[in-house]
Amino acid sequence: MNWFKYSSPQTFYPLAGRMIPWFAGLATLFALAGLYVSFAIAPTDFQQGEAYRIIFVHVPAAWMSMFIYIVMAGWAGLGLALNARLSAMMAQALAPTGAIFTLLALVTGSLWGKPMWGAWWVWDARLTSELILLFLYIGFMALQSSIDDPRRADRAGALLALVGVVNVPIIYFSVKWWNTLHQGSTINMGAAPKMVATMLIGMLFLALAFWMYTIAVSLMRVRCIMLERERHAEWVQALSGVKS
Amino acid sequence: MSQAWLTILQRDLLLAFRRRSDVATTVFFFLMVASLFPLGIGPEASVLSNIAPGVLWVAALLAGMISLTRMFAADFTDGSLEQLLLAPQPLAVLVLAKILAHWLVCGLPVVLLAPFIGLQYALPSEALWVLVWSLLLGTPALSLIGAIGAALTLGVRGSGLLVALLVLPLYIPVLIFGAGAVAASQHGMSAQAHLSLLAACSLLSLVLAPLATAAALRISVE
Repeated sequence: MNWFKYSSPQTFYPLAGRMIPWFAGLATLFALAGLYVSFAIAPTDFQQGEAYRIIFVHVPAAWMSMFIYIVMAGWAGLGLALNARLSAMMAQALAPTGAIFTLLALVTGSLWGKPMWGAWWVWDARLTSELILLFLYIGFMALQSSIDDPRRADRAGALLALVGVVNVPIIYFSVKWWNTLHQGSTINMGAAPKMVATMLIGMLFLALAFWMYTIAVSLMRVRCIMLERERHAEWVQALSGVKS
Repeated sequence: MSQAWLTILQRDLLLAFRRRSDVATTVFFFLMVASLFPLGIGPEASVLSNIAPGVLWVAALLAGMISLTRMFAADFTDGSLEQLLLAPQPLAVLVLAKILAHWLVCGLPVVLLAPFIGLQYALPSEALWVLVWSLLLGTPALSLIGAIGAALTLGVRGSGLLVALLVLPLYIPVLIFGAGAVAASQHGMSAQAHLSLLAACSLLSLVLAPLATAAALRISVE
């Protein structure tokens, strides 16, 4: 099976169109399962009461913000190395979703911090580096929108994304390297998780829901980007519903 | 290769010397921003010495950012940047000469003036020393990282503000360690850790930033 034939916008456009409903459906299912587990099944926290339940949105959003940046930098780097415009379009499509999840992580964290820490915001290492991640996403989108030539915009944005990828390990390890107010890592690869299984399952379901949502939305966005940038091409003109 | 490197360094320094007003604006911007804060906040010495590390470092950062576009813009408009790209020497090495020229012209004056501004903020002499050291170790990183932003936004409209948006997130670690060094020495603690991390930032950017800048220049000039 020659997968590389999908690296052209013309062949990927219909494939993406067929993939979107599946991922959207998976996202809905996982979201419903996750919300059910997080509200109905997970127990009340001993210290924090019911307010801890924002963790089920906050942690998956933060995970996605870092993960999307790495994927975006990966596609951007691939586009730079192989000179493939579809890879660059994919990076461009992922950026707004990544920025939204970063903002969501910051806002939900802030809403959680007020009752728990007594402060809407503290300048500790993890919060600051997550804020830097938001600025990196916005810088990436601003740079791409300010350059007129789309291929030059792709390459410049790709370089910026790759330079900024050094921030993601800093966010991830910030709670280990610095004395921070933000709690340390509860879940890591090397040891058993330090939280109740039902809470963990709720978080994982919602993380999967956010992931499926990201894929569905990015595919929808990349289809729009393809139509905009390839509007002169014959295959776009031939699509039903496209005004010539 | 060193001959080419020295030639570019000399050329950039000569061009900067011919347009001294460009250089002077950077220095005067630093002085003015540093003078605005006491006027706005009030002359109480204890308050000023508390905010001094952060304010002075942010002023140095902003002054550096203002001057970033002049690193490559003039050469880009008159075509000599294209000739630089065609040179047989590795572009990263030649770019390093331009960055060094920029630092000598915009970063070093800030380092030399900082102790005098620090006196305005009632910083003790130990903290003044640390301020000079932190700026000396940190401003090269600012020039190096800023060069990447300057190269990415060549010829783009609104590039002055866009460069600021792009490089500020990357500047934040340098700012945190730089201001932290001075604050640590003000509280009687050793600034060793902060200064070491600052030097590490500068060394890391010394190795990686010219490569990224060279790649960005090739992207911008194509």
